[in-house]
Amino acid sequence: MIGRHHDKVRGDVASALDGLDSGMTVMVGGFGLCGNPEALIAGVIARGVTELTLVSNNAGNLGKGLATWLRAGIVKKVICSYLGTNEDLHSRMAAGTIQVEVTPQGTLVERMRAAGAGIPAFFTPTGVGTVVEEGKEKREIDGRWYLLERALPADFALIRAHTADRFGNLRFYRTARNFSPAMATAARTTVVEADRLVDNGTIDPDDVHLPGIYVHRLVEVREHEDPFEYKTTRPRPEGK
Amino acid sequence: MPFSKSDMARRAAAEIPAGAIVNLGIGLPTLCADYLPAGHAYLHSENGLLGMGPFPYEGDEDPQLINAGKQTVTVLPGGSTFDSASSFAMIRGGHVDLAILGAMQVSARGDLANWAVPGGKIMGIGGAMDLASGCRRVIALMQHANKTGEHKLVATCTYPLTAARAVARVITELGVFDPTPDGGFRIVELAPDVDRAMVERLTGAPLVD
Repeated sequence: MIGRHHDKVRGDVASALDGLDSGMTVMVGGFGLCGNPEALIAGVIARGVTELTLVSNNAGNLGKGLATWLRAGIVKKVICSYLGTNEDLHSRMAAGTIQVEVTPQGTLVERMRAAGAGIPAFFTPTGVGTVVEEGKEKREIDGRWYLLERALPADFALIRAHTADRFGNLRFYRTARNFSPAMATAARTTVVEADRLVDNGTIDPDDVHLPGIYVHRLVEVREHEDPFEYKTTRPRPEGK
Repeated sequence: MPFSKSDMARRAAAEIPAGAIVNLGIGLPTLCADYLPAGHAYLHSENGLLGMGPFPYEGDEDPQLINAGKQTVTVLPGGSTFDSASSFAMIRGGHVDLAILGAMQVSARGDLANWAVPGGKIMGIGGAMDLASGCRRVIALMQHANKTGEHKLVATCTYPLTAARAVARVITELGVFDPTPDGGFRIVELAPDVDRAMVERLTGAPLVD
């Protein structure tokens, strides 16, 4: 008998994605192009799977990140909060080739958190009095109205971490963290693309952002493109 | 002279109490940060950042340190980063004191429409609904009417709602106005050289005193 937390480190992306099949629901971390597991995203296309349901805040942008899945035609449905300037998604939604479910961002992540925490549904004030409430149970609790939102689980979560130890304890970097921890809890299998793999004990237990219980496979990938979406700056004063 | 865009941002920044946690929406509200004294308030960005600083100096941009508009930013001493679930728990849980948001329409009862135009391309909801219904106070910072003179301060929103009865105060180039429970805009302040008749003409709902 081998438990799910035995020997998580995989030598390459292809073996880290073992068992990710057509028709599955896949969550992918990132806020736009920030915090994307770039090698895993490319690896899913190379795997040749199709008909995926993709759960992501933005489903890529500027033709990069998860927009490559849209272009490859491997996604049948997207659950996201924001399309913005993602023309690859706009055009496929308009053509009817991809079904798009738009959810408030806080509700999207809380549905993941609930799925990972054994809570099948929850009441939230977000979306009351808007199109979001259509078809959902509404309840007044202590004088305020709430919508019943259901947990959102997934078959796979593909996430990026800054540092991982061999058990899968993770640390994230800056705002690259975003949806990744909640996705890791919501998926049956979580695959981590780590910028840096370290030995157990290197990360102080008090400094772990996501405990390795939520991580099932790890692959170290040192090089990333990390594209900018909007590079905004201010002029550097003299002497700084 | 009605308020310029920078006057509007300055006026909105004056609504931010010392020591407040504030979320500034994409667009004009972002400019409010330029009018806050150092250390006055703490900026929250819903992608997982508290204590957000100004844009980085040229050459210091980090693609993994961005705001909710996906622009490169900085983090100030005392700042923190966290995941999206924590970030929206802060919002929904009433820990964010104030949101200053852009708006397409605000009704005289404070309904907010700022995420979709009927018949237009759907950009998505993002954090708008959570911010509008979760933050303790919501201020709309917006143009008073659109370019064709069509009202944006209205009796009833015709655009899809972001949240009902969410907006406490509206700041436009014409002044400062508060929606009221009975459905009228109360004039709090008029911009220089703006009179009541001008506001009346450009507002699609009754003005109340």
